[in-house]
Amino acid sequence: MTDTTATEPVRPGGLWLAFSRNRLSWVGLLLLTAIVLVAIFAPWLAPYDPLEQNIVARLEPPSAEFLLGTDSYGRDVLSRLIYGARISLFVGFVAILIAMIVGTAIGVISGYIGGVFDQIVMGVLDVMLSFPTLLLGLMIAAMLGASLENLIIAIAITEIAPFARVARAPTITLKQRDFVEASRAYGCGPLRIMFRHILPNMLSDVVVMSSLWMASAIRTEASLSFIGLGVPPPTATWGGMIREGFENILDAWWLAVFPSFAILLTVLALNLLGDALRDASDPRSR
Amino acid sequence: MIIYTLRRLLLALPTLLVMLTAIFVLVRLVPGDAASVILGDQASTEALAALREKLGLNKPLYVQYLAFLGDVFSGNLGTAMSTGRSVIHEVLTVLPSTIELTLAAIVIGLIFGLPLGVAAALTRNGWLDYVSRIVSLVGLSFPAFVSGILMLIVFAIQLGWFPVLGGAASGTDFSDRMRQLALPALNLGIIMMAYVMRVTRAAMLGVLTEDYIRTGRAKGLGPRQLVVTHALRNSLIPIITVVGLYFGTLIGNSVLTEIIFNRPGLGKLIVGALNARDYTLLQGLMIIFAFCVIVVNTLTDLAYGLVDPRVKYE
Repeated sequence: MTDTTATEPVRPGGLWLAFSRNRLSWVGLLLLTAIVLVAIFAPWLAPYDPLEQNIVARLEPPSAEFLLGTDSYGRDVLSRLIYGARISLFVGFVAILIAMIVGTAIGVISGYIGGVFDQIVMGVLDVMLSFPTLLLGLMIAAMLGASLENLIIAIAITEIAPFARVARAPTITLKQRDFVEASRAYGCGPLRIMFRHILPNMLSDVVVMSSLWMASAIRTEASLSFIGLGVPPPTATWGGMIREGFENILDAWWLAVFPSFAILLTVLALNLLGDALRDASDPRSR
Repeated sequence: MIIYTLRRLLLALPTLLVMLTAIFVLVRLVPGDAASVILGDQASTEALAALREKLGLNKPLYVQYLAFLGDVFSGNLGTAMSTGRSVIHEVLTVLPSTIELTLAAIVIGLIFGLPLGVAAALTRNGWLDYVSRIVSLVGLSFPAFVSGILMLIVFAIQLGWFPVLGGAASGTDFSDRMRQLALPALNLGIIMMAYVMRVTRAAMLGVLTEDYIRTGRAKGLGPRQLVVTHALRNSLIPIITVVGLYFGTLIGNSVLTEIIFNRPGLGKLIVGALNARDYTLLQGLMIIFAFCVIVVNTLTDLAYGLVDPRVKYE
């Protein structure tokens, strides 16, 4: 190879090999698989209806009947925790998907066009990147109002900038490569070059990073729900459960503690996975 | 150096302008308009029209935009609707406790994060490296309010070592103040430490393989001199970048921490503004945050020049 750059696509086999040799990556993968399965099979796994109130059994501590106790409406914490996984994963996944599509498109187009346009776009993205994710999400969610759709939009916007960054850098090197020149000479339009020739060469970079940013998206979702800007009650969300638990923190510790660990484990699983994927796709750190 | 500084300061201006425009647009995205939000659903059409007139919402958009910019650049961020005091006044009242909290967190993060990161890099793949990597990954995975709640439950409620309800406003003596600051600052500091440690480790690992380190060793430099003056100094650029970038996260985390530990500060101010649907206060806070972030970014860039002489000549 005469023209080796950092953007050289990693062969899938090599990536898998490096990934599978990392023990922590397996921990992350197993954890995440377990959480996804719990979310998918929630109706079969949850012992109770997550919305069913039971005034007689208010604020019950963990017991054989209610494994993780009940909340101030007598709802089963374990069942709410299981259903809450659905919201966290769904919001995180959809938000990252939107951010990935929009961000990558912005990065590729900006890098391909270059010049003043590119400088302005990057200037704006730099500010978005350094603006506190939580505050940006908070402002957007506050302006739009609390709902599932608005929550996803708010989180997606906060994650656009990193994707654009990752997509832009390889575009700038790739657009000068011979195969792009060749397809241009062949009569391909700019859109076709950008999305058929340049994009596939960086897709692995983008996908690798999305795992790390999904961790950040889920953290933002939980934080916004905790502040009260998430999916409105009575829907079970982990952040919302902690919010309710926080109100009863002096006499019912289990309300806040269990959803806290659920969030922690999910974010940790994604971080472990993302770290391992990034290390595996970056030949220098092998 | 002077030219570099001036150029960086000039670059910050367009960025600020873009941010202000974004905030202007965002506030205009509120469903309905500001007047109907302020007065609520029951407002009469006359009252709405009068308020629109007062707020200048009837004027063309570009006039509103120019008026907005004019206000911001003359330091007028408007009046908080919920309290009737100026936004600047509201912010200045609570700012000292937020600054106190974030400074304490930065100190904790750097004091523990830097040495641990260096130690992890020096013992690469040893047990210390392994443990510190896992600890830092766990630290990074904690949303600030989750770690805050867990600390509150364990140290304040179960063990009773610290007061459950914080608040620097009580005007008590120094040791009480420290006790109130301890848990929130530790909460923010530990997350920051995880971050600093990770970056320090990565940066040190990059530098330690450089030729000049080998040369230094061959010359007979002691390990301390080698690590501190040669390796660490050259690792500082990525560390400074990340710490600068982390400032935004730190502010976000301090918002959550202030809510959990019931401390006065920007965080409680934001949540209060949210609950009262006080959009002028929110807008003002956004502008102030944007301004702070841009200032910190600029300072971060300027810090490069101090650490790395090569930057000046670019």
